[in-house]
Amino acid sequence: MYQQDAPTGPFLPVLNQQSTRRTALKAAGAALGLAAFGKAVSPLMVIPENVSVDEFLQQHYKEFTDSDKKKVFARLEAETKEDYGADVTISDPKPIPGVRFGYAINLSKCNGNGACMEACNKENNHHRGVDQSYIRVLEMSKGSMDMEQGTTTYDHTVPQDDKFYMPVQCQQCENPPCVSACPIEATWQEDDGIVVVDYNWCIGCRYCEAACPYHARRFNWEPPEIPADEVNPDQGYLSNRIRPQGVMEKCHFCLHRTREGRAPACQEACSTGARVFGDLNDPDSDINWVLKNKRVFVLKEELGTQPNFFYFFDS
Amino acid sequence: MSSITTQNQSLSEPADPVRSYPRFLWWGLGEATNGGLGFYVWMFVLTAISLVGANAWANQVADGMIVTNMTDHVSWGLYIANFTFCVGLAAGGVMMVIPAYLYDDEEMHKVVIIGEAVAVAAIVMCTLSVVVDLGRPDRFWHLIPFIGRVNWPVSMLTWDVIVLNGYLLINLHIVGYLLYMRYLGRKPNPKWYVPFVFLSIIWAISIHTVTAFLYCGLGGRPFWNTALLAPRFLASAFVSGPAFIIIVMRILRITTGYAAPPGPARTLIQIIRVAMTINLVMLASELFTLFYTGGAHGASANYLFFGSHGHYGLVPWIWTAIVFNLVGTALFFMPEALERGNIRILACVLCIVGIWIEKGMGLIIPGFIPSTLHEIVEYSPSLVEWKVTGGIWAFGFLLLTVLLKLIATVFAQEQSLAEAENS
Repeated sequence: MYQQDAPTGPFLPVLNQQSTRRTALKAAGAALGLAAFGKAVSPLMVIPENVSVDEFLQQHYKEFTDSDKKKVFARLEAETKEDYGADVTISDPKPIPGVRFGYAINLSKCNGNGACMEACNKENNHHRGVDQSYIRVLEMSKGSMDMEQGTTTYDHTVPQDDKFYMPVQCQQCENPPCVSACPIEATWQEDDGIVVVDYNWCIGCRYCEAACPYHARRFNWEPPEIPADEVNPDQGYLSNRIRPQGVMEKCHFCLHRTREGRAPACQEACSTGARVFGDLNDPDSDINWVLKNKRVFVLKEELGTQPNFFYFFDS
Repeated sequence: MSSITTQNQSLSEPADPVRSYPRFLWWGLGEATNGGLGFYVWMFVLTAISLVGANAWANQVADGMIVTNMTDHVSWGLYIANFTFCVGLAAGGVMMVIPAYLYDDEEMHKVVIIGEAVAVAAIVMCTLSVVVDLGRPDRFWHLIPFIGRVNWPVSMLTWDVIVLNGYLLINLHIVGYLLYMRYLGRKPNPKWYVPFVFLSIIWAISIHTVTAFLYCGLGGRPFWNTALLAPRFLASAFVSGPAFIIIVMRILRITTGYAAPPGPARTLIQIIRVAMTINLVMLASELFTLFYTGGAHGASANYLFFGSHGHYGLVPWIWTAIVFNLVGTALFFMPEALERGNIRILACVLCIVGIWIEKGMGLIIPGFIPSTLHEIVEYSPSLVEWKVTGGIWAFGFLLLTVLLKLIATVFAQEQSLAEAENS
C-alpha cells in the first residue's frame, strides 16, 4: 500500500495537468514511498543475519527424525559456541516409562534463603542481568494464606519471626491451562507429567503466560547474557539450553537431571530439607511418604488445574 | 475526467468479468490516488506516520521486546489492548448490514458497503496488532493451518486467527464484488453476495465472541473470568462500529460531497442508544459483583478504579472512559443527535474513545495487576509501543481512505450516469 502515497511538496502544483504527467508523478511518488518503506524496515535485516535458513525451516520437535535431531543439536551447539564462546552438549533425555514426577515443599522448614532461586539461575542458563529464575519465594505473614499479604521482593535477613516462606514455581499441572492456550502446540505435557516448551517452535505470543495461574512462565524479553565460563554445558533440548530471544520458557523439573536419576538443582541447593522430589508412581518414594503421612494442599485448587506440586506443614 | 471515460469504455465493451479484472484493479489504483491538495496532504501524513510505525516495529524486532514496557507481570500491553478494540470495530462495521438485509431497509443498502470497508480496514489493523506483539514474527508460518502446527480446536487463539482471517476474506469478497460489478456497469447478482452478507453477520458476532473467550476462558485471571465479557464486547462493538461509520459518512459528505440519505444514520443512532445502554447496564452489573463481593475478583477492579498499595497508573484512564461514555451516551439521547450536526459527531467521538479505553487499557492491563501471585507491577506503554500503534492506526486509515475513495468514485459515477440518462 505504501506505493500509493502522495508525491512530496514540489509535485503538488501540477495536479491539474494531463493524466500521463500525473501518472508519471504518481510513479515517482510510489518509488519514493517504496524507498522510504525500505529504509524504515531496514532494521529487519538482522533476521537473516541471526536466523539461518535451517533454523527458519526447522520443524516441530515431535516431527524430528533421529537424523533431524542430530543435525539440529549440532547446529545449536555450534551457535552456542559462536554466540557465547562455550562448548556445550545438547541432549534429549526421554521420560522414564512409568515415572510421574511430583514435588512437595515443607513450609515449616523453608526459611526463605533463596538458594533454590540462585541454583535455578545457574543450572538453567538464565539471563544473568536480572537474576532470572523459575522460582519465586513469597514471604507470607503467619496467620494468613492470603498471597496479597505476601511479597517476593523482601530484602532483609531471613527467617523473620512473624513470617513464613512459600516458594512457587511451575506446578506441572495435570490439567495445564498454558498447554490449552498455546495456538501452535509449542508447549505440551510429557509422559512423566513435565510440561515442556520447544523454544525453536514458540512464536512468542505470550498467551500461555496470561493463562498460567502461578506466574510460572517467563518470556525472553532480550537475548540472555551469560559469561562463557558460567554457561552450564550439560544442556537438554527441552530444558536448560540457552533460550533464543523472544520465546517462552518455564520450569521443567530439571528434566536433563531428573530423567537421569539426579535431583533437581533447586532441591540439591536447598539446605533446609524443605524440598521433597520423586516419583509419584513409586510407593516407596519420599514424595509418596509425604502424601501419605502429611496433610498436603495445592495452590488455587479451585481452578481445577490439579498440580503435581504440593505444600505441607510439619504438625 | 479520465475515470468517466474508463467507465464508459468498460460499459461499451462486452465486458468479460475475468479478463477485465486486472484492468479494474489498475483503474482502482489510479482512482484511489487521484485527488485534490487536501487529499494528498492527508495521504502523505498517514504514510509518514505508518512509516514511523514500521520503523519502530523493525527496531523492536531487531532489539527484542525489551524495548516495550511489558514485563513478565504485565505480559500484554497496548498492542493487545488496541487489538481488542479493533476486533470490535471490525464486528461493528457490519452492524449496519443487519437492518439493511433483515428489515430490507432500502436506504441502508446504499451505505452497507461503507460498513464493509470499515470492517476490512479494522481487521487488517487487528492482524497487524497481533503480529507486532509476537516475539518471533519470523516464525509466523507456524500459525498457518496445514503448514505449521495449529492447536485446534483447543486454543482460543487458534480460533481467533481462523475467524479473523475468514472475516477478512468474506468482507473483501463483498466489497470487491459490489465495486467490480458497478465498475462493469452491471447490477450485482444477489446470488454472489447476499449469502456472504448473511455469513458476515454471523461471523461478525463470532469474531468478537471468540476474542472475548480468549480472555474470559482463563481461570487464573479473575478480572477477565466472567461470562459477561462476550456480551459486553458485543454491546460495545454495536456502539463503536456504528459511531465510527457515522463519522466516516460525515467526512465523506464534507470531502467528496457524497451524501448518504439521512435515514441510515438515524437507524445507526437508534442502534447506538440501545447498545450503549445495554453496555452500561452490564458494566454496572459487573462492577457491583466485583466490589460488593470483593476478594481476589475485586483486587484488579480496585486497582483499576481507585489504585491500590500506592499504585494509581490506570485510575486516570478508567475515569476518563467512564466520563466519556456517560456524556457520550447522554448526548446520543438528545433529540439533536438525530439531526445532522456537531452534537452527534461529538457523541460518536466520546463513545469511541471511551470504549477504546474501557476495552483496551481498562480491561487488558488490570487483568495482569495484581499478578497471579498478587504482586503489583505497573505498566504504561513505551514510546516504541505508541509509535507502532500510531503506525497501525495510520495504515488502517490509509487503507480505509483508498477503499472509500473507490466507493465514492463508483457511486458518484453511477449517479451522474443516471442523471445523464434521465435528461
